[in-house]
Amino acid sequence: MKNISGAEAVIHCLLEEGVDILFGYPGGAIMPVYDELYKFENKINHILVRHEQGATHAAQGYARSSGKVGVAIATSGPGATNLVTGIADAQIDSTPMVCITGQVASSLLGSDAFQETDIIGISTPVTKWNYQITKASEISEIFAKAFYIAKSGRPGPVLIDITKDAQFEILKTFEYKKCKKIRSYCSVPAMDNKSLKNAADIINNAKKPFVVWGQGVILGNAENEFKAFLEKSGIPAAWTILGLSALPTDHPLNVGMVGMHGNYGPNKLTNECDVLIAIGMRFDDRVTGSLNTYAKQAKIIHFEIDPAEVNKNVKVDVAVLGDVKETIKQILPLIKSNNHDKWIDEFHNYYKIEYDKVIDNEYNKKKGGLSMAEVIKSINNNTEGESILVTDVGQHQMVACRYTKFKLSKSNITSGGLGTMGFALPAALGAKIGDPKREVIAVIGDGGFQMTIQELGTIFQTKAAVKIVILNNNFLGMVRQWQQLFFDKRYASTEMINPDFVAISKGYFIESSKVSQRNKLDNEVKKMINHDGPYLLEVMIEKEENVFPMIPSGSSVSDIRLE
Amino acid sequence: MKKRNYTISIYTENNVGLLNRISAIFLKRHINIRSVTSSESEIPNIYRFIIVVKVDGEQIIKLVKQIEKQIEVIAAFYHTDEETIYLETALYKVNSKLLFEERQIQNIIKKSRANIVTVKPDYFVIEKTGWREETDDLYHKLKKYGLLQFVRSGRISVSKSSMEISKHLKNNENE
Repeated sequence: MKNISGAEAVIHCLLEEGVDILFGYPGGAIMPVYDELYKFENKINHILVRHEQGATHAAQGYARSSGKVGVAIATSGPGATNLVTGIADAQIDSTPMVCITGQVASSLLGSDAFQETDIIGISTPVTKWNYQITKASEISEIFAKAFYIAKSGRPGPVLIDITKDAQFEILKTFEYKKCKKIRSYCSVPAMDNKSLKNAADIINNAKKPFVVWGQGVILGNAENEFKAFLEKSGIPAAWTILGLSALPTDHPLNVGMVGMHGNYGPNKLTNECDVLIAIGMRFDDRVTGSLNTYAKQAKIIHFEIDPAEVNKNVKVDVAVLGDVKETIKQILPLIKSNNHDKWIDEFHNYYKIEYDKVIDNEYNKKKGGLSMAEVIKSINNNTEGESILVTDVGQHQMVACRYTKFKLSKSNITSGGLGTMGFALPAALGAKIGDPKREVIAVIGDGGFQMTIQELGTIFQTKAAVKIVILNNNFLGMVRQWQQLFFDKRYASTEMINPDFVAISKGYFIESSKVSQRNKLDNEVKKMINHDGPYLLEVMIEKEENVFPMIPSGSSVSDIRLE
Repeated sequence: MKKRNYTISIYTENNVGLLNRISAIFLKRHINIRSVTSSESEIPNIYRFIIVVKVDGEQIIKLVKQIEKQIEVIAAFYHTDEETIYLETALYKVNSKLLFEERQIQNIIKKSRANIVTVKPDYFVIEKTGWREETDDLYHKLKKYGLLQFVRSGRISVSKSSMEISKHLKNNENE
């Protein structure tokens, strides 16, 4: 291509990378690129969000449902700083994302020009890589690198800042070559056959082996290999919140969730297994509780793509570095066929205790205010486990993840590591666009919903058929629960006086209804699912419901409480 | 675990902002950087940072892994003081009249094997290269007579064992 502007070059880079959707918000320093987007609108669909934070979360939702790189675009200054929360979220949850920001002209850099911020400096600690382009001639190479870095190895967010003069500058020639390697970057560490063999030996001799898997299985597209490994070895497996949906809920070896609000058995038995096999997870503190009492009795094997995660929180006996799709495939022939039925019974016994003390009371609640669990039950009954669940952060997130039944992978989209309230509404929009054939159900608390409520405007404008369920208890429920349990019920600033969500939804021309009675719940959920287009269902739930089981922060996984 | 000095050697591409990216790793963990220098390395177009921190044996491993994870870092290594040859350079600016009035000064310079870099009518400048203890020693000896200026460089060091950086580069290029 000859004699094109830097801005047009940006568009060609995106097209070369197969990008057909952008989430963004225009402004002064990015206008040349938007001008090109106008010309290319039949090739790239730009979703106009209502706040730049929404652009990042939508790009994250898109990336997580489609497996592709999500792209967000914004202007300089406040446009760029508004992206930061989503970038930090994508960094800690390993979501592939490329953010493009406009910047003041290079001659003005450092002059405190209008809408100038040092977004490179600001975003450095929360990006996998970032770069400021000041010359149009850099565009092609930097975009190629950005997409390669975002997607390869352990994925993550990349930010490209482009000065306005570089967008205007005319390039005599433009050509694009996809990046396949960078000499200073090893995307996937080399697999080591010795550690593979050591791991297999330990697994084959284990009496009470236990698998904990994370998002690595999903990011590596390793669901089939993972399932084959479990079925051959007969090892029970539990998920971290980001690993959820990689294995169907009703798979006999799926024993539930680990962590702070995980299931009773997997947490208790973490401290009774003799071999703990961690696959594509990073021993987050919400998973491990106190490290001093975490699986001390067990030999630990860690399948991991990021060498920096090995021995970071938990000392391991064998680290199997590499892409789990490859390492699990390679270990499979070394693993003996086995079954651990007696050991699995221990999980079932604990499940019975949890069922009697917690699950039955909330999932099959009969009296009093509606529970969050029975709303999830109703969604389960009406979706057959094939929809995508998007959750925000808090009690509803824990309940939804605990009770939603999944048949398909890439079906659980939530803000795990960063715990970003306001994530769900824009992420659900992105998830729907990333996988339009699937039903997308966003379950959101009344607090988080109001953090990005403006994205109702984007949903209305795009007509994305997102189903929004607000679990409204007029409280910041998780904080209130902690206040009740650890701060003598001093409910400091957690009670919320909420607006009429149905009226707000209708203001955005989104169909909406509200339900508070048990006998009407199922019908309302049905109505929402069957509605052709976006829909908001507000469910009034019990005001002071607590999420159990719970491992109080800093406690051992063995000290998980049922009440 | 006991804290001690570690010298971190980082081989990198030469890009704007990389120092910020590396220092952010220390900032995030609330670790104070004791000294930092950067220069060209033995390989053309590849730069080398030398960072000194006082941390424990577990922290240093985690830090170096996080540094090595950065895209533009080719490789990072850490060494204890015993495992490296290291030096710092210090400059001492002293009032010239002291050179004539205080005979001791000449002895101090001689004994400490420091060099006089320049002598002007008003001041003269002494340079001393060596270990921290040596430049510190000279500092304390001269301080008594009055120092107009004092500055010390960050540590530069080479490791006793090989770091095989070229091999590292080749591996990534052949990937």
